[in-house]
Amino acid sequence: MHGTLGTGAEADIVETPAVRHRSYRAVVLRRFVRQPVPMTAALILLAIILSAIFAHYVAPADPFQTRVAQRLAEIGTPGRLLGGDELGRDVLSRLIYGGRISLTMAIAPVAIGLFVGGFLGILAGYAGGRTNMAIMRSMDVFYAFPSILLAVAIAGALGPGLENGILALSMVFIPPIARMAESVTTQVRSYEFVIAARLSGASTARVLREHVLSNVAGPILVFASSQVSVSIIAASGLSFLGLGVSPPNPDWGLMLSALRQSIYVNPWVAALPGAMIFISSICFNLVSDGIRRAMEVRR
Amino acid sequence: MLFYAVRRLLYAIPIGIGVTFIVFSLVHIAPGDPISALLPNEATQEMVEQARREYGLDQPLLVQYATWLGHAARGDLGTSIGSGRPVASEVAGAVGNTVILAISAGLVACILGFLLGIVAGLWRDRPVDHIVSLITISGVSIPHYWLAILLVIVFSVDLNWLPPLGIGPDSSGGWRPDWPHLSHLILPTIATAAIPMAVIARTLRASVVDVLDQDFVTTLRAKGLLPRRVLWHVIRNALPTALAVMGLQLGNMLGGSVLVETVFAWPGTGFLLASAIFQRDLPLLQGTMLVLSMFFVLLNLIVDLVQSWTDPRIRRA
Repeated sequence: MHGTLGTGAEADIVETPAVRHRSYRAVVLRRFVRQPVPMTAALILLAIILSAIFAHYVAPADPFQTRVAQRLAEIGTPGRLLGGDELGRDVLSRLIYGGRISLTMAIAPVAIGLFVGGFLGILAGYAGGRTNMAIMRSMDVFYAFPSILLAVAIAGALGPGLENGILALSMVFIPPIARMAESVTTQVRSYEFVIAARLSGASTARVLREHVLSNVAGPILVFASSQVSVSIIAASGLSFLGLGVSPPNPDWGLMLSALRQSIYVNPWVAALPGAMIFISSICFNLVSDGIRRAMEVRR
Repeated sequence: MLFYAVRRLLYAIPIGIGVTFIVFSLVHIAPGDPISALLPNEATQEMVEQARREYGLDQPLLVQYATWLGHAARGDLGTSIGSGRPVASEVAGAVGNTVILAISAGLVACILGFLLGIVAGLWRDRPVDHIVSLITISGVSIPHYWLAILLVIVFSVDLNWLPPLGIGPDSSGGWRPDWPHLSHLILPTIATAAIPMAVIARTLRASVVDVLDQDFVTTLRAKGLLPRRVLWHVIRNALPTALAVMGLQLGNMLGGSVLVETVFAWPGTGFLLASAIFQRDLPLLQGTMLVLSMFFVLLNLIVDLVQSWTDPRIRRA
C-alpha cells in the first residue's frame, strides 16, 4: 500500500520540478518507511500489539483453562500448538494474551517518564539557574543507582503488583528523560529565534509552546522510544522475580519464571516467553533507531 | 587535576546523602506500618511498642534517618528477619561472590566490546561492521535472564558440559580459581557480560567513526604514518568515551546481577536481594541496597577521575 503511495509521490516530483512543500512529518515518515529493517520490525511489533489487543479473537484457546493431560505438552501437540505449561494451559494463547500485561508494564513507565521527565527537564532547561540546579541535582541522585536495581528495590519494598511495578519502573525512566530534555532545552533556549520571540514580548507560555516545545519534542520522543526496549527487559525482569502481576495472569516474565522449573522436561517450551520478550525488545530498538535515522537532518 | 579531583569528591557527598536517603526511605514506602514489616506476624502489642522505641520510629523522620545513617556508618545494618543474623554479615558474605562474577564478566565485556567496537568502526559499512551491529543490537535487546536460561538449556541440559547452578563444589572452602569453580563461573559470566559488551562495542564504534572523520587523522595518514601508529592515535582519542561507558556498564552489572544470580543461584548480593524481596525481609533489602548503591557511587567517582586523567579537556570544563 505504501509502495504505490511512494511511487505516486515520486511521479509528482518528476512532472513538476518546482519545489514542492512537504511537511517535516511526511518527510520523516517517508524516510522511515523506506528503511527495510526498521519497517519490518515495526510490522512485527504491530502484529504483536494487535494480537494482544484482540487476543480474544486471535488466541486458539482459553489462556486460563488447565488440562492435566496436556501438562508440559511438547511443541506441535494438537490443541497445544506451542506446547502446554506446567498446568496444561495453552502456551501459545498465554503468549498472545501475555502481551497485554507485559507491554503495558513496559510502555506505561516510559510514557510516565516522558511526561514527568520531559516536563521537569524542559522546566529546568528553560528556567536555568537555581531551578535547574534543584531539579537536575535531585535527578542525579536517582542516577546514582544501577537502573534495574532501583526498580527492583522500589518494587520489592512496595510489594508485587502491576501498579507498583509501573511506579517503580517510572522512577527509573524519569531521570534520563529529564536529563535529555534539559540538555536540548538549554540548547534551544539560546537560539536567536527564541530570544527574538522573548524580546518581542511573547509570554513565557507562548514561547515554550510555540518555539521551545516544537523544537525539543522530536529528540525527547526519539530518546524515550529508545528506552522502551530497556523497559521491556526490566519490566519482564520484575515479573520474573515475582514483582509483577500474580499467577494465573498471563505475563511473559512470569511465564518464563514458572516454565524455568521444567527445563529438563521441555526446554524449548520454557524458552518461548523469553523469545517474546527478546523479539519485542529488539523490534522496539530497531524502530527507534529507524526513527532517529529518519529524523536526522544531516543526510 | 587536583582541583578537579577535589571538586568531584565534594560533589559525591550530596549524591551520597541523597542515595542513602532513598535507601532509607525504602522501608517507609513499603505498605503498612514499617514495624509490621520488621517483626514477625505473630508479634504481640508490647513487642510492637518496644520495637517502635528500639528502632526510634517514634522520632521525626529526619532524626530516624540520621540515627540509621550513624549505625550504618559503623557497620550496623540491622538484623535480617529471615535468618536472624546481622544484615552486615549476610551482605559481607555475598559481596565477594558478586565481585568475582563482576570482575570476570567485566573483563569479558570490556575486552570483547572494545575489540568489536574498534573493528566495526575501522571497517565501517563493511560486512564485518554489519555482523558486529547484528551482535550488538541483539546484545542490548536480549533479556539477560533469558540468555541465562538458554545457556543452561544448551550447555547444562542438552550437552551436559557445564553445571547449571551454584558457585562450586563446596561452599565452605572459599572460592579458588580451579576448574570446579571456574566451570560454575562460565555461564553466569556470559549472561552478565552480554549487555555491557554490546553497549561498549556500540559506543566505541561510534567514537572510532567520529575520530576517523577528524582532520588530524587525514594529516597523520597524509604524512605517511604507519596505519598501526594511526590506529594508536584513534584509540587514544576514542578512549575517554569508552572508559565512561565501561564504568557505567560495570555499575549496571551490579544491578543486572539480581536476575542472573537468581537464575544460577549464585550466592551473591543480587541473589540476597532477590531472597530478601521474596521473604519481605526489609532490613536485608535496605542493607543490600545500601552497599550496592555505595559501590556504584564510588565506581562513578573513580570513572570520572580516571576519565579526567585520560582526557585533559574534561578538567577544564
